[in-house]
Amino acid sequence: MKNKYSIFSLIKNALSQHENWQQAWGNPEPKKEYEAIIVGGGGHGLATAYYLAKKHNLKNIAVLEKGWIGGGNTGRNTTIIRSNYLWDASAGLYDHALKLWESLSQELNYNVMFSQRGVMNLAHNLQDVRDLKRRTHANRLNGIDAVWLNTEEVKKFCPIINTSPDIRYPVLGGTLQRRAGTARHDAVAWGYARGASDMGVDIIQNCEVKGIKRNGDKVEGLETTKGFIKTNKIGVVAAGHSSVIANMAGLKLPLESKPLQALVSEPVKPIIDTVVMSNAVHAYVSQSDKGELVIGAGTDSYVSYTQRGSHNIVEETLKAILELYPIFSRMKMLRQWGGIVDICPDASPIISKTNIKGLYFNCGWGTGGFKATPGSGDLFAHTIANDEPHKLNAAFNLNRFVSGDLVDEHGAAAVAH
Amino acid sequence: MFLINCPFCGERDQSEFSSGGEAHIVRPKQPTELSDDEWAEYLFMRKNIKGIQFERWNHAHGCRKWFNVVRDTSNDKILSVYKMGEKPPVNYK
Repeated sequence: MKNKYSIFSLIKNALSQHENWQQAWGNPEPKKEYEAIIVGGGGHGLATAYYLAKKHNLKNIAVLEKGWIGGGNTGRNTTIIRSNYLWDASAGLYDHALKLWESLSQELNYNVMFSQRGVMNLAHNLQDVRDLKRRTHANRLNGIDAVWLNTEEVKKFCPIINTSPDIRYPVLGGTLQRRAGTARHDAVAWGYARGASDMGVDIIQNCEVKGIKRNGDKVEGLETTKGFIKTNKIGVVAAGHSSVIANMAGLKLPLESKPLQALVSEPVKPIIDTVVMSNAVHAYVSQSDKGELVIGAGTDSYVSYTQRGSHNIVEETLKAILELYPIFSRMKMLRQWGGIVDICPDASPIISKTNIKGLYFNCGWGTGGFKATPGSGDLFAHTIANDEPHKLNAAFNLNRFVSGDLVDEHGAAAVAH
Repeated sequence: MFLINCPFCGERDQSEFSSGGEAHIVRPKQPTELSDDEWAEYLFMRKNIKGIQFERWNHAHGCRKWFNVVRDTSNDKILSVYKMGEKPPVNYK
């Protein structure tokens, strides 16, 4: 790395009043042609470019971003990272990502503030108890750490939870993954952007894709707001806008794009040192390093690209939060926002080739893509470079909707949809 | 969040309704004849349009009737509402 961050660079720059820090990544104009182009400069897209350059030796790569780095869903999610999924295929995918998270700050020479503070999933009825116990067993068979906690242990692990048996959704127990946690979300995008840029990847911001040029069954390039760019390999990582890009190539995807909301409170002293999720009442909460409560709500039921979301969704989430944590009743919410998430019918992602040669899609992450960022980038880079999937993402192909071999994670794996 | 003009009850808050997704996906006449590709197309593939979309809604907490809506998904503006079985308005394509 050209300008490695270290204690020495910090001291050196402190002596010049921090005015001479180098730019973290370049701001080039697009070249006429690239070996591969990644559409979408979010965490997944930048990670893809990073691993293409690092592990697959492609040097002439561009990442095209419609807005700015870290301005999309990468900067809008609630930063939860876990790998306690039910099915083998999902467990393999998400735990691959979690293992990369564990050394990501060192890998990128950039502090992504990965904090393994644990993620606890609550059970509120008998079926929840059975499902979650089954999931802890499945997780352990796949080498993923998971424990079942009874009500007293839940209370001990997170004392502010109301475990009274007479509330509408009593806490009957929960699962805990201790290796799970949170990370600073935009630092992940910045770290990957810096790392990729350092290896010669062109990161081109404010460049929107307007069309895909096809010659028969293969791609030839992209029409963009900065002109035509030639390439034989296009990796689309456009989250909520994946269908829009697919339509440009005459392709239809099994996706619906919906607003997903989150909100943060005013900052307070440390009160919750873990992440607690509850699917039945649809609320999850953690506390940021600034002290804000970070609260995730649900998706709207209808297709929309407005990045807003409905008020009633937030209201329901806050009702649930208040019942579980009566201590928060006087807190004020500071900000609320929405991001557009692309949801697959089986609530699992697509990391796949298409029937158009040179066109690859990484999409369908729905409401839980952030946790997979490093693994998703690594496996998508492998898929693009070798024109065939890695064994960890083979199950997440587009053809599963034709063959019927779905990876149905709806509800089964604590996916909070 | 927006208002929907139910053709049976009048204008109500969107939270009273449930979305039925893309409209005018015709149920296959002879399901036994369908190939896997055709099943995938019918069951899973969606236009997921950013812009003017034809969709079905149900007034779940009202008259519980189904009807069609033309909505711009880029700003949630509702352009037209029409009953089931009626021809979609031709001025939106």
